[in-house]
Amino acid sequence: MPKPIEIRTSPHLKRALSVDRIMRNVVFALLPICAFAVFQFGLSALLLILTTTGAAIATEWFFARASGRGNTVSDWSVVITGILLALTLPPGFPLWMAAVAAFVGVALGKALFGGLGYNVMNPALVGRAFVQAAFPVAITTWTPAFAPGRFTEVIPSTFTLPFMQPIPVKDWVAALQLDAWTGATPLALQKFQQIEPSVTDVFTGMIAGSAGETSALLILICGLWLAFKRMLDWRIPVAVMAGAALTALPFWLMDSSLYPSPWFVLFSGGLMLGAWFMASDMVASPVTTSGVILYGLFIGIVTVVIRLFGGLVEGVMYAILLANAAGPLISSWTQPRVYGALKKTREAE
Amino acid sequence: MGLFSLFQRHRTFDHGIYPVEHKELTADKPIRRLPFAPELVIPLAQHKGAPAVPLVKVGQEVVRGEPIARAEGFVSVPMHAPATGVIRAIALTPTADGPKTSAIFLKVYEAASQEVLYDLERDLDAMTPEEIVAAVQDAGLVGLGGAAFPSHVKMKPPAGKLIETVVVNGCECEPYLTCDHRIMLEQSDALIRGIKLALKATGAKRAIIGVEDNKLDAVAHLRAVIPKDLPITAEAVETKYPQGAEKMLIKSLLRKEVPVGGLPADIGVAVYNVGTLAQMGDLLPQGRGLIERVVTVSGPAVSNPGNFMVPIGTPLRFLLGQVGLAEDRVGEVILGGPMMGMAVASLDVPVTKAVSGVVALEREDPDLDRRKVYPCIKCAECLKACPVSLNPSMLGELALARQYDRMAEEFNLDQCFECGCCAYVCPSNIPLTQYFRIAKSINRDRNA
Repeated sequence: MPKPIEIRTSPHLKRALSVDRIMRNVVFALLPICAFAVFQFGLSALLLILTTTGAAIATEWFFARASGRGNTVSDWSVVITGILLALTLPPGFPLWMAAVAAFVGVALGKALFGGLGYNVMNPALVGRAFVQAAFPVAITTWTPAFAPGRFTEVIPSTFTLPFMQPIPVKDWVAALQLDAWTGATPLALQKFQQIEPSVTDVFTGMIAGSAGETSALLILICGLWLAFKRMLDWRIPVAVMAGAALTALPFWLMDSSLYPSPWFVLFSGGLMLGAWFMASDMVASPVTTSGVILYGLFIGIVTVVIRLFGGLVEGVMYAILLANAAGPLISSWTQPRVYGALKKTREAE
Repeated sequence: MGLFSLFQRHRTFDHGIYPVEHKELTADKPIRRLPFAPELVIPLAQHKGAPAVPLVKVGQEVVRGEPIARAEGFVSVPMHAPATGVIRAIALTPTADGPKTSAIFLKVYEAASQEVLYDLERDLDAMTPEEIVAAVQDAGLVGLGGAAFPSHVKMKPPAGKLIETVVVNGCECEPYLTCDHRIMLEQSDALIRGIKLALKATGAKRAIIGVEDNKLDAVAHLRAVIPKDLPITAEAVETKYPQGAEKMLIKSLLRKEVPVGGLPADIGVAVYNVGTLAQMGDLLPQGRGLIERVVTVSGPAVSNPGNFMVPIGTPLRFLLGQVGLAEDRVGEVILGGPMMGMAVASLDVPVTKAVSGVVALEREDPDLDRRKVYPCIKCAECLKACPVSLNPSMLGELALARQYDRMAEEFNLDQCFECGCCAYVCPSNIPLTQYFRIAKSINRDRNA
């Protein structure tokens, strides 16, 4: 007997681009940034990335099983969350705190909403927001880049025991005998001391900062590669950068000794990583074309407002979380005009 | 041509997709005739509207071209005998749609000639528009692009509407299909006669033939053969699916949109497929009926793909037997193109007037995982693909929540014409088009 023919509904053709492939490619795009973080901050950065990713995967696996959704780790989205979280943390961040951040991010930021596709906010940022509130000192303790011996020894705070205060790294840094180390990131220097570090150093990443946020150039290259593969909507990072630069510009023109230049605003802190890899999170951003532009501009503007006028040094995280929350509203405001619909139907009513 | 077309942007519509075309399999295969199948199965409902009513009895002998069923009312068309033979039965046959339908079973005489023996010659120039409309109905013509809507109905503009432009659809945007391409190359005289008839019947001032720019040879050929004194032009439009949907082609050619809930006639346009008009130009002068049509038989599970003049009623099993169906590899057999066509459940289904192609796909590798459904990740690919600018992502979520009335009232579900672009691009493999089909049918039942 010949084999029966198959029946399916149209369309019978399918583009070969599935969720797991998109997510895998985002992970690939993040790998060079991870490599640079390890190159810059050494063993501690590597351990940090492995810890958050491992904790994120374990959390996803547990909750997916507990809620009967099967194995959802294989869609790779949780790997992105783990890596992104590590990249936003200070390189010497205690590992147990990083694991807590990953757990909270995935459990409260994603699993609670129903897993992939249902989360309102970016899970990595939810995790980071939690530890920012819980461990305000640890998350603002920066260590110098390119410390000698960084591949053989870890930053002392890395191996802090759970529920213990991290060992202050001041003495360890002093022992390194680095010139001109102030313990501040370029953003903090600019904000509190009006010392604007060289834009070239900030752009290329030859500075202190969170593990994966230092090199704007590298983030830009990796993001462009993803956008070129059409796995990232280029409109979002472009709108974020435009919103940030245009908000910073008038203040800088008014008083360039007090306010940072638009270049510095773009390339410092977490703006690049946030714009290219976190604001562009498909799930948590609006779906309409005009909506993503509004959303991006909003992030850029709020970031700069927080940086210039808020109590915090950096505002990217809160800007993105706020915009994530506004996403569904933005989507519903910007529904596309249907073919053949009369313009302005809503006003006519 | 390739380098040239890089710099040449042809007119187009918003959104849409670029599936692999696979047209090279049959694009240069001229239309060939096939032998008659031993038995033809002619369903009485091959068109939109009321089914035809049989005029013949079981045991009656008919000649090729003779009417065997009459139209039932205005929105209906008659059927003609595709071959000389004897009526074996009037009974139920399986169709691609699912339910069985009433059909005339015609046993073909073994030595039956391909010649049409049933003529009624007419002077086209002397015919009034009304007479043309009646003659088109008598010919049993329906939209041969796949819609199968009775052609004469579209030729009679609704009261108070003026048709200004006849759009001739030669896009053929479905992958694999090349029958319209061959018709434009091989039957251009009949096509031009048909366009003249359509212009006269509708009272339109001009006709534009829209052809996707993957068939520039057809555009060049048509431009060369269209008499200079006729208001007919041939235009290339971008090769993009679904360019051949009438709303999209109207937008591409005329920069106008058919209003929501309206018809092309509302903006003074009537759209005909090139195959329909070529048949019109061929059949009307001799008063013949539609008894055969050009069908592309193609796909990876077919060893000798080509374009064939197939008698209406030819069972798929016979047709596929003629082109070498790889029975061990065949997966789906699709009537029409793979984007909007219907997979048949049985090879006993006959070719009807609506069948522009038969595409035999290979069995899918179950390890491919292409059908694994993930949750919607709001990537917005479907919004960028939807040619009518719907929000398929939102519609899909509402469908899962069974909020079918909200889909229609707030998110324009009724504007979806099931082109399949959203489901094609969806990285989560969500069967969006199928969700929308179900939602629409539930809404129809509720509102009935």
